[in-house]
Amino acid sequence: MKFKVLVHVKSDDVGVAVEEIAPGERVGFVSLDEVGFEGLIEVLDTIPIGHKIALKEISSGANVIEYCRPIGIATSNIKTGELVHIHNIRSLRWRDGR
Amino acid sequence: MTELLGFRRPNGRVGVRNHVIILPVDDISNTAAEVTSRVIQGTLSLPHSYGRLQFGEDLELTFKTLIGTASNPNVAAAVIIGIEPNWTNKIVDAVSKATKKPVEGLSIEHNGDLKTIEKASRITKMLLQDASEIKREPISLGELTISIKCGESDTTSGLAANPALGRLIDRLVNAGCTVIFGETSELTGAEDFIAERMATPELKEKFMKVYGDYMAFIESQGVDLLGSQPTQGNIAGGLSTIEEKGLGNVQKTGTCPIVGVLGPAETPTDKGLFFMDSSSAAAEMVTLAAAAGSVLHFFTTGQGNVVGNPIVPVVKMSAHPRTVVEMAEHIDVDLSGIIRRELSLDRAADAISDVMNRTINGRLTAAEALGHREFVLTKLYRSA
Repeated sequence: MKFKVLVHVKSDDVGVAVEEIAPGERVGFVSLDEVGFEGLIEVLDTIPIGHKIALKEISSGANVIEYCRPIGIATSNIKTGELVHIHNIRSLRWRDGR
Repeated sequence: MTELLGFRRPNGRVGVRNHVIILPVDDISNTAAEVTSRVIQGTLSLPHSYGRLQFGEDLELTFKTLIGTASNPNVAAAVIIGIEPNWTNKIVDAVSKATKKPVEGLSIEHNGDLKTIEKASRITKMLLQDASEIKREPISLGELTISIKCGESDTTSGLAANPALGRLIDRLVNAGCTVIFGETSELTGAEDFIAERMATPELKEKFMKVYGDYMAFIESQGVDLLGSQPTQGNIAGGLSTIEEKGLGNVQKTGTCPIVGVLGPAETPTDKGLFFMDSSSAAAEMVTLAAAAGSVLHFFTTGQGNVVGNPIVPVVKMSAHPRTVVEMAEHIDVDLSGIIRRELSLDRAADAISDVMNRTINGRLTAAEALGHREFVLTKLYRSA
């Protein structure tokens, strides 16, 4: 099977596309941790190389986990297979002008 | 095991290059330094923008950077040119005392550029001829001070290039090297991960104070870093937040304990992995690391940063399949096999190690061959 998405840690919410993926494609993903977890995912958006895809549903306001750590907060509900980037997540730092 | 050959300096420190440099103390001495380096071929001038009317901590950092640069073991000899003798001699004396290497000072006041250039050229010629007779001799890897930084990062940096470099950094620290990493602002999101790796509770406290002070400084300006971190290049590469960038960044530091927290341009006094408080701007950080004694720099990039340094070879690597093709002339190690899953992180570390050995032994890096000589002083605040 061809992997098009790499995931840092099995439990992460997002993976990284290692080549451009078109909407509607079903692609394989694999985690880079010792677990080496593999799976299939149906892609909803165009995912450019190096960009992130949601591996699970993420609710608006929830932390988004990559590297097993929060990389930001979802600013809208994110469906499995959607592109995850600055249009739907933001930094947890300097919120509310702090 | 590849035999490594380097230059052992009079103070015992080991370099991998044998430069004769002409270092201006201040902006207005750049011209004399640059003309001298054109007269005496095979030398390097290091022009920069500062050195006048600075004061306090900012002035101290400029002195520390200039003294550290001339003291770097990659420098065989140095000619220091300043507008007036006091600050010039301060640098000459400090370099001479610390390194015992040949270092001469010239000041332009009461002489003018032309007399200064003539005198500097005569001195530089002698120093260059003497330096050309210094031979490489066998060294051990553990004698070297090495620094690391990433730039124009994207998700391939955190996924591939940085963890591969991290594997090599673990090996280097275990071999006895001194390794410097920095980028205070770009640890954001991973600052607790770095804090946990500090070797003692005192170091952890010191690190958290350095990081906290920097964040407080940003807030004191009534701004945040969200407009500049991540950069537009980072965002185009898929990085969404400063936390994601920070977590990717720290992958390159490996897993060893961190044995020291350094101020900018401060020389480590021991072996092991050190954090240095520094800007995340590529040329500034590499300049500070060189002033702290780094003789070889590893630079990972996603979207393609092209930075170099006048005295320190910068070994550049990328795992982005497009960058290694589009910007091939800048890339010393192609790590794109990692994200195609054709290259394991350990094999990738071997590939970086191979290029490292050849670079130590004299192979020019892409940045050296292309003439990238960014020498950028860190300015803490405006001059008087």
